[in-house]
Amino acid sequence: MTDGTVANEGPLVTSDGRPLKQSLQAALKQKRRQAFMLTVPLLAFIFIFFIVPIIAMLWRSVENPEVPNYLPNTVAALQSWDEASGVLPGEDVYAAMVKDLQIGRENRTIGKVGRRLNYEIPGMSSLFKGSSRKAKNMTEAPFKDALIKASKKWEKLDVWQLIKRESGDLTASYYLSAMDLRFTPDGSVAAQPENRQIYIFLFQRTLIMSVVITGLCILLGFPIAYLLATIPMRYAGLLMILVLLPFWTSLLVRTTAWIALLQSQGVINDLLVAIGVVSDDGRLQLIHNKTGTFIAMTHILLPFMILPLYSVMKTIPPSYMRAARSMGATQWWAFYKVYFPLTLSGIGAGTILVFILSIGFYITPALVGGTSGTLISNFIANHVSVTLNWGLAAALGTMLLALVLVLYLIYDKIVGVDNMKMG
Amino acid sequence: MKDLLKKGTALSAVVAGCVLAFSATTTTTASADEACGADVTMTYVSWGGAYSASQQKAYHDPWMAKCPGIKIVNDDSASEGLAKLRAQVEAGNVTWDLVDMEAAQAVTACEEGLAEEIDPDTHLAPAPDGTPASKDFFDGFFVSECYIPQIVYSTTFGYRTDAFGDKKLSSIADVFDLEAFPGKRALEKRPDGNLEWALIADGVPASDVYDVLETEEGVARAFNKLATIKDQVIWWTKGAQPPQLLADGEVVIASAYNGRLFSAIVEKNQPIAMMWQWQVFAIDGWVIPKGTKNKDQVLKYLRFATDTQRLADQAKYISYGPARKSSAPLVGKHADLGIDMGPHMPTAPENAKETLLYNTDWWADNRESFDERFNAWLAK
Repeated sequence: MTDGTVANEGPLVTSDGRPLKQSLQAALKQKRRQAFMLTVPLLAFIFIFFIVPIIAMLWRSVENPEVPNYLPNTVAALQSWDEASGVLPGEDVYAAMVKDLQIGRENRTIGKVGRRLNYEIPGMSSLFKGSSRKAKNMTEAPFKDALIKASKKWEKLDVWQLIKRESGDLTASYYLSAMDLRFTPDGSVAAQPENRQIYIFLFQRTLIMSVVITGLCILLGFPIAYLLATIPMRYAGLLMILVLLPFWTSLLVRTTAWIALLQSQGVINDLLVAIGVVSDDGRLQLIHNKTGTFIAMTHILLPFMILPLYSVMKTIPPSYMRAARSMGATQWWAFYKVYFPLTLSGIGAGTILVFILSIGFYITPALVGGTSGTLISNFIANHVSVTLNWGLAAALGTMLLALVLVLYLIYDKIVGVDNMKMG
Repeated sequence: MKDLLKKGTALSAVVAGCVLAFSATTTTTASADEACGADVTMTYVSWGGAYSASQQKAYHDPWMAKCPGIKIVNDDSASEGLAKLRAQVEAGNVTWDLVDMEAAQAVTACEEGLAEEIDPDTHLAPAPDGTPASKDFFDGFFVSECYIPQIVYSTTFGYRTDAFGDKKLSSIADVFDLEAFPGKRALEKRPDGNLEWALIADGVPASDVYDVLETEEGVARAFNKLATIKDQVIWWTKGAQPPQLLADGEVVIASAYNGRLFSAIVEKNQPIAMMWQWQVFAIDGWVIPKGTKNKDQVLKYLRFATDTQRLADQAKYISYGPARKSSAPLVGKHADLGIDMGPHMPTAPENAKETLLYNTDWWADNRESFDERFNAWLAK
């Protein structure tokens, strides 16, 4: 009896005796858990195919397994050598190197060391290859003389300084290369010789060209989106197909089509010669340079600007403009003061889409860019598939990723990502 | 024409005879299973296009006819072969069985432990006269312990026959002579090859080229010579580009792989001629991926594909020279056009008067530093 009174005066309970608030919360929690369960496949997918590869790439740009793993005896022996002393290491280090060369040749790992060190000093690849071949017959001391006899390079101080410097499990040298810097033999950082500086220049060029391409897309895309949003439905449908058809066509096909159009014996030049705008000798160079990259990339990225713009413009009631006109604004003033500000969220969305896509563009500039129109991603691809210098490729890729993130944050500060509308 | 046909049939009779003789010896010494290995599907990585087609006809089809249990599937990703091979070996999941590679790449693959080692004399067939394989392949072709040479190709020059009136391109110096031979050139976008040519055109004897490139003045000299034509050069990256650029009239002179030029000139009748002086010889061949599951079958296939007759057969479909000395006399006529392939080979005496052999070792050491310098030079 007393129990019942207490229950009546206390909080509301459900039929099973639990307080209503608790029970409601439990129900909500379960709902949330169910909703979360639905997203688990996607999250797992993103984690495995997006987050993990990015972490692996970050790791590649600093990992340095070759020297510590494949020259273990030499690394241990070098511990007691002072690289700043200006004298060559002693007999024990040379003996350890001979041992490592012999083991490395047996296990076929010495080539990896040579290639790794060759990134820093040209000639190391053949030094390790040749010396490991000769090391087979080096069974008796003095090993120092034997190695130096095999190659004069073994009495160069900077070779040993390099090996000692790269004997850690991590290295900064890929990032230095990616920033046109290098280690000097004494371990300090200096600029690459001017005739080998390339990457900073390419980052700058990639940024500038991406900005220009984004600008071109806004200039060309805005009127088209406006037209699409304002003309009667039946024409708009047709026009929309004209925008979408190239969007659905393969990137390679469109790029190749531009080659046929733009080359100096191509359709556009033929036409210009035929109507007498340019002479036959003075055909325009529209491809294999920056112009080619600008034209082809602007065309390919244009739908990414038009579509968000269109979907935003579609939601702007025509009555707003009419209201502005009726209050005495000129057509232009009404557009500038009323219509244009309403489209800003669409411009924002289009800008970020086009800019981020163009900063990582690769196939199109490779085919139409010649030498002045290629971007940083072309060099990353080159290091991945041709030179096999994956550490440098990873360092360049990480820098590109960081650059995009920084720009995104700046964009968020200035424009505000919340104001962006994809449609 | 009749004469040609007769010659053709006589030749094919010889070929058929050789095939018969070959199969007779193998079948008498071993049962079918021992000759072919267990039934399996092999993934064969090559360059695609006309090159893969020539391998299909010369090697895969006859082998599959002989060994019905073996199926050979082509994968045309040799241009990324090294990178993908490394990814497969590092991941411990090797799905390829045989990869077609340039010599320089094969050296890297072997050094990195990505390829199986082979011994020419145990794994490859001797010449018909009994010469062991290690002596029958051209000297220096076994660039690493993992490499099985297949063909020798060259990077040489093609030019438009209608571009310079009656004048013919006759030397490497002409390529750099914008006054006598005006117009755009196409060169491959890499330092190796172009720097050697620049030095030779500048008067350096071909034998001294790599010594000169060891010095800073020599490198500067090469770049300066290239700079004289820099604004007239379109740089290509894919083998199919230069013949296309020539055919379109985009350029008047182009460096290109000789087989691609042959195809444009002879098979497609383009107004293009070849200039062979100082063609750069390079080798293409095979490596066996480290850890392939079908090594036994691959080795048996290779023993067949690299024998004297098979290497000669490939030259019926593409104008690349077989890597064996004993194959050279067996090179016959083009399989479809019936023309004599001998004069179109980069190794033909009249074409090979002055040639440069690509120095794989030197470039293995210097490629990276030159790449950076070359790209910096191009970009600015």
